[in-house]
Amino acid sequence: MIRGVVRFIDERSGGAPFLRKALRYVFPDHWSFLLGEVALYSFVMLVLTGIYLTLFFKPSLASVHYHGEYLPLRGREMSEAYQSTVHISLNVKAGLLIRQTHHWAADVFVAAIIVHLLRIFFTGAFRKPRDLTYYIGLLMLVLALLEGYLGYSLVDDLLSGMGLAIGYSVLMSIPFVGANLAQLVWNGPFPGGNDFESRMYVVHVFVLPIVIATLIALHLTLVASRHHTQFLSRRANERKVVGMPTFPGYAPRSLGLAFAVAAVLFLMGGLIQINPIWQWGPYHIADATNGAQPDWYLGWLIGALRLVPNFDVTIGNYTLVPNAFWGGAGFPLFVFLVLFLWPSLERRVTGDYAFHNLLDRPRDAPWRTALGVALFTWIFLVFVAGAADRMFVLFGLSYEAQVWAFRVLVWVLPVVALFVTKRICEELLRGEVVEVRRKLVEAEPVV
Amino acid sequence: MKRWLIALGVLVVGRFRRRPLLDEPERLVPSAAPDRRAENIVLLLFGAATLCGVAVPVIYAWDAIPNQTQFLGLAFGLAFAFLSAACIVIAKRLIVTEDIEEEYGLTHPEDEEALEQLVDESGDRFTRKRLLILAGAGAGTALGAALVTPAASLGPVFDTSTLYKTPWRRGVRLVDEAGHAFRADDIEEETFYTAYPEHAEREQMGAPIVVVRLKPAELRLPSARSGWAPEGILAYSKICTHAGCAIALYRKPTFAPVEPRPALVCPCHYSTFDVANGGEVLFGPAGRPLPQLPLLVDPAGQLRAAGNFSGAVGPSWWGVRRHGPRS
Repeated sequence: MIRGVVRFIDERSGGAPFLRKALRYVFPDHWSFLLGEVALYSFVMLVLTGIYLTLFFKPSLASVHYHGEYLPLRGREMSEAYQSTVHISLNVKAGLLIRQTHHWAADVFVAAIIVHLLRIFFTGAFRKPRDLTYYIGLLMLVLALLEGYLGYSLVDDLLSGMGLAIGYSVLMSIPFVGANLAQLVWNGPFPGGNDFESRMYVVHVFVLPIVIATLIALHLTLVASRHHTQFLSRRANERKVVGMPTFPGYAPRSLGLAFAVAAVLFLMGGLIQINPIWQWGPYHIADATNGAQPDWYLGWLIGALRLVPNFDVTIGNYTLVPNAFWGGAGFPLFVFLVLFLWPSLERRVTGDYAFHNLLDRPRDAPWRTALGVALFTWIFLVFVAGAADRMFVLFGLSYEAQVWAFRVLVWVLPVVALFVTKRICEELLRGEVVEVRRKLVEAEPVV
Repeated sequence: MKRWLIALGVLVVGRFRRRPLLDEPERLVPSAAPDRRAENIVLLLFGAATLCGVAVPVIYAWDAIPNQTQFLGLAFGLAFAFLSAACIVIAKRLIVTEDIEEEYGLTHPEDEEALEQLVDESGDRFTRKRLLILAGAGAGTALGAALVTPAASLGPVFDTSTLYKTPWRRGVRLVDEAGHAFRADDIEEETFYTAYPEHAEREQMGAPIVVVRLKPAELRLPSARSGWAPEGILAYSKICTHAGCAIALYRKPTFAPVEPRPALVCPCHYSTFDVANGGEVLFGPAGRPLPQLPLLVDPAGQLRAAGNFSGAVGPSWWGVRRHGPRS
C-alpha cells in the first residue's frame, strides 16, 4: 500500500530522493523554536475562518436601515458592511464562533510573530546566513499589522470608523506628500468614496494574504535550506546540526502543536467575547466613544499618539510636520528601521562577518541583549502609556499626571534597563567562569 | 556425482540459511518495545475527539440548546485538544525519538565562480556595457513609472483644495440629528449639543459641530472674535485637529478643583480644547486649536452660522494653516 503510493509519486515526479531527504530533515529541539510554528498555524486558521466569513460579509458602504431582531439597532441607518457583520454575529449559526475565532487568531498571530522575533533577536539567530530570513520575517510582521488593521476597519462599526479616522490623519500628517496620499487612498477627503470599502476588502482578503503566504513559503524554504539554528551542546556544533528527523519524530509533535493552536483559538472564539460590534453601533463621522482601545498590537501606536506633547512643526504660518506624524508614523518607522538595520549594524560594529549556526544565549552578547532590552522596554512603555485611560478608570490615577510621568519614563527607563541588563549579562558570564574554575580545582587530585 | 550432490546440498542449505538474513534489511528507524498502555491512552483520546467532533453537528442542529457559540466553540476546541494530546502521546511514547545528525550546508565556490563566468562570457559581445545598462535602467524606470500611472485614478491625488471646504457659510441654520433647527433658548449650560448644517451632507469632516453655552462673563475669546458667541453660545468643529476623531466628551468641568476650565476632550488621544478661549489646546497631542464657528441668533431666535470656521477643519496636513476654510 505505502509502496504503491510512493511508487505512484516517484514515477510521476521523481520525487522519492527528495521526499526521503525531507523525511529525515533534522529539527533541533527547544521550546522556543515552536513560536514561529504557532504563528504559522494561526495563519492557517485565519485563512480558513476568513474564507468562511467572506461567504457572508458584504463589503459595501451602501446605506441601509437595520430591520433585524437586535432591538437596540432597529431602524438605525448603517452600511451594508456593518449590517452583514451584525447578521453574521447574531443570525448566522456558528457565525459568531467563526468571527470571534478569526479575530482571536489575528491577535495570537501577531503575538506569536513578535515573541518569535524576540527569540530570534536575543539569540542572534538573525546573523549570517539567516539575515535574509529575518528580513522576510520582519516584512511579514509589518504586513500582519496592516492586515489586522484592515480586518477590523472593514466592519464599519463605531470603532472601525474611529480607527480609520486616525489612520487617515496619520497618513495626512506625512510631510509634503501626506495629504496627496490620503486623497489617493481614500478617494477624496475622509470618510472617502464608497469604493474605499471594497478596496480595503480586496487588499484584506486577497492581496495581503497572498503576499504573506508567499513570504511564509520563502521564509520556510530559506530556513530549510540553511537548516535550523541550535544551542551549543555536546554533539551540536557550528558544522553539525543535531535533532530529531521530520519523520517519525517531529511530524506528530508539530501536528500536535497545530491541533493545540486550533483548540486554543476555537475555545477562545467560543468562550471569550471579542469585539461585540453590535454593541458599538454603526460609525458616523460625528460619533465617538470614550474608553475605546484598538486590538492589542496597535496599542504602541495609540500610546505614542497620546504621549507626544502638543506641537506642530511650523515655519510662520506654514505647517511642516503635523503632530500625528510623530506617534503614528515616525515612531513605528524608526522602530522597524532599527530592526531592519540591526544585522548589518551589528556586523559592522563587531566586525563579525562569519557564519553562525550556533545560537548565542542572551548573556553571550551583553551589548546586543542590553540594547535590545532597552529598545523593547521603550516600545513596551509607550504601549503601556496607551492604556493610561484604562488605568485612570481602574485605579483612579490622574490621566494627565500619568501622561507626564510616561513622557519622562519612556526615556529614562530604557537607559536604566540598558545598564542593568548589561551588568546582569556580564555577571552571569563571570559566574560561569568561577564555576568552571571551581570544578577544575575540585577535580584536581589532592596530593 | 556425489561431490556434486553435496555441493548442491550445501548450496541449498546455505541459501535457506542466508535468505532470512537477506530479507531483513538494515533498519532506518531504531526499534523499541511496544507500549500497550500508551496505545490505550491514544485510543481513548481519539475516542474523546470523535465524541466532541460528533457533538458539533448535534449542537448545530438542536435549536433547543442555548448558547450555541459557546458550546460549538467548546466542542471544536475540545476535539482539537484531544487530537493534539493524542499526537503528543504518539510522539512521546509510541514512536522512537532518535537524534540524528546532518552537516550544515556550505557555500559552493565553484558554482559561484561558474555563475559569474556564465554572465561575464555571455556579455562578451557588448562593447558599451555601461551605456547599455544605463539605457536599460532608464527604460525600466520609465516603464515602472508608466505602470503606476493608472493608480492615480484611485483618488484625487493632486487635489487637496477640497480639504479646506466646509458646508458652513453665513446664514446656514444649525439643525440637530433629526433635522430640527436649534433655538438659542434650547442651549443649556454644562452640556453639549451636536449640530449639523441644514440641507448638507453630514458625513464630511466639515459638517458636525459642538454647541455649548457658557456664562458670557466666562468667555475669554480673542478680540477678533468678539460677537462670535451670542448669549455665550459657542460652536466648534466636532472633529479633532489631531487625528480626526469626533470630540465626544465635554468637561464642564467635571473635576472642578483640579481641572477648573470647561473643555472639549477627544476620546481617542485626549486632546483637550479650551472652550472659553477659542478652542486653544490645554492638554494632549493636538497641535492646532479647535476651529471655532461664529454664530448669530436670527430674529426668530434660531441659531445660524455667522461665517465659516476660524481655521481648516479636521486633522492637520502639510501647509494646513496656509488659509482658512472655504464654503
